[in-house]
Amino acid sequence: MTFKYKNVYINDTATVVGKLENEGPLSKYFDKAELDYYVGEKTFEEGETKLILESVDILLKKQNKNIEDINMFISGDLLNQITASSFAALKLKTPYLGIFSACASSVEGLIMASNMIEKRQLKNCICSVSSDNDCAERQFRYPVEYGGPKPLTTTFTVTGAASALLSRDKSLIKVESGTIGRVIDMGIKDAYSMGAVMAPAMADTLMMHLKDLKRDISYYDLILSGDLGRYGKDILKDYMKEEYNIKLTKYDDTACMIYDINNQNVYSGGSGPACAPLVTYSYIFKLMKKKKIKRVLLIATGALLSTTTVNQKRTIPAIAHAISLEVAE
Amino acid sequence: MKKAEYKKIVKRHTPKEERLKNSIIAFIVGGFLGVIGHFLLELYSAAFNVSSASASALMIVTLIFLGCLLTGLGFFDEWVHFSKAGLFIPITGFAHAMMSATLEYKKEGMVTGIGANMFKLAGSVIIFGVVSAFTFCLIRVTLGCFI
Repeated sequence: MTFKYKNVYINDTATVVGKLENEGPLSKYFDKAELDYYVGEKTFEEGETKLILESVDILLKKQNKNIEDINMFISGDLLNQITASSFAALKLKTPYLGIFSACASSVEGLIMASNMIEKRQLKNCICSVSSDNDCAERQFRYPVEYGGPKPLTTTFTVTGAASALLSRDKSLIKVESGTIGRVIDMGIKDAYSMGAVMAPAMADTLMMHLKDLKRDISYYDLILSGDLGRYGKDILKDYMKEEYNIKLTKYDDTACMIYDINNQNVYSGGSGPACAPLVTYSYIFKLMKKKKIKRVLLIATGALLSTTTVNQKRTIPAIAHAISLEVAE
Repeated sequence: MKKAEYKKIVKRHTPKEERLKNSIIAFIVGGFLGVIGHFLLELYSAAFNVSSASASALMIVTLIFLGCLLTGLGFFDEWVHFSKAGLFIPITGFAHAMMSATLEYKKEGMVTGIGANMFKLAGSVIIFGVVSAFTFCLIRVTLGCFI
């Protein structure tokens, strides 16, 4: 399912990151860094909500707008019942849609907003996502202070929030099209190997996008996957080659970009809903603004698991949504 | 592509864990912890003039206390991350597992937080420790009747 857009633009973006992301190679591209694990709040969960609110605040200031000027707020995160987003929406007091497709939530939000803006149902919309390493650790893995060893294929949930303002007002980054992916399950059960879980979903959405738009893969200057990690990236390349006979060349993975994966203690790279947009809204948009790259296909990937399904030894389904972003002429 | 074929690709790109290196580190750290334990055992039995069974209990309490304290101070998770089984298999690991869960759920109330979650990680150790102790005891008593 692919939608084409004629008049949807990303007017501006805002990124807030945590300590480790700020120590990574992209630190100079982020708007703000919160070095306190609690972001000055009482609990990790309140901290994550604050990350979203800060990113929205920065975004509004950049665009010289008030929150009353915003038609809708779409947000998603990893917490049970997406409370980080909902509690942020409570403070913002705008009409709100809470979304969940795990780490693919960012692109899901962008597609929903783009559809409504294209159809003139909305004038503008803020799309946010957040993730917080400490919140994710305690919800999906072990207590934060436990620090037990994990396999090398593990990905490290990014701390941060990213927001984007979309509208029909012309600006440099144009949302060209979006593809809603299908849920794919290749029988992987290992919750510490998310790259292997999500790579087939990424490939499926990529192929559907190219087929729907009758495009060759060379159309894009860069194809970005959300958070496959160092090993997931290699799995995807081999899978694309063997299954579709396509060689991925102009391709990178945001999980491997946000951290210095060889020197930072982050296993095989970043993950979490915030990973893909943090890299895209900061570093990638900078490259696009300098016109070094003009057409980017961002495919955010999400693993649709819960601790219950993992403990019940169910396989892990995955989803990927794609959005094509272009430098407006 | 069939799932089995896909699993082959995954397997090809799954890195090997550094088992030998991890084992050596765990052996050295765990051994060193054992030496500290034994030193405490000798110290207590000499200083307090108690039997080695009582000194052993004192030694265990000391190590549990140190494990909990260091977890609370925020060092222990990094040490466990480095030394792996060398620290989480001995009694210090048990203390650390309980204390890290306690700290984690402190903000969710005494009963619904700490009380309900303190044994989240360590509970299995107690349950299966008791069950296996009972089983072995049963075997020993049964065999004892015949020998």
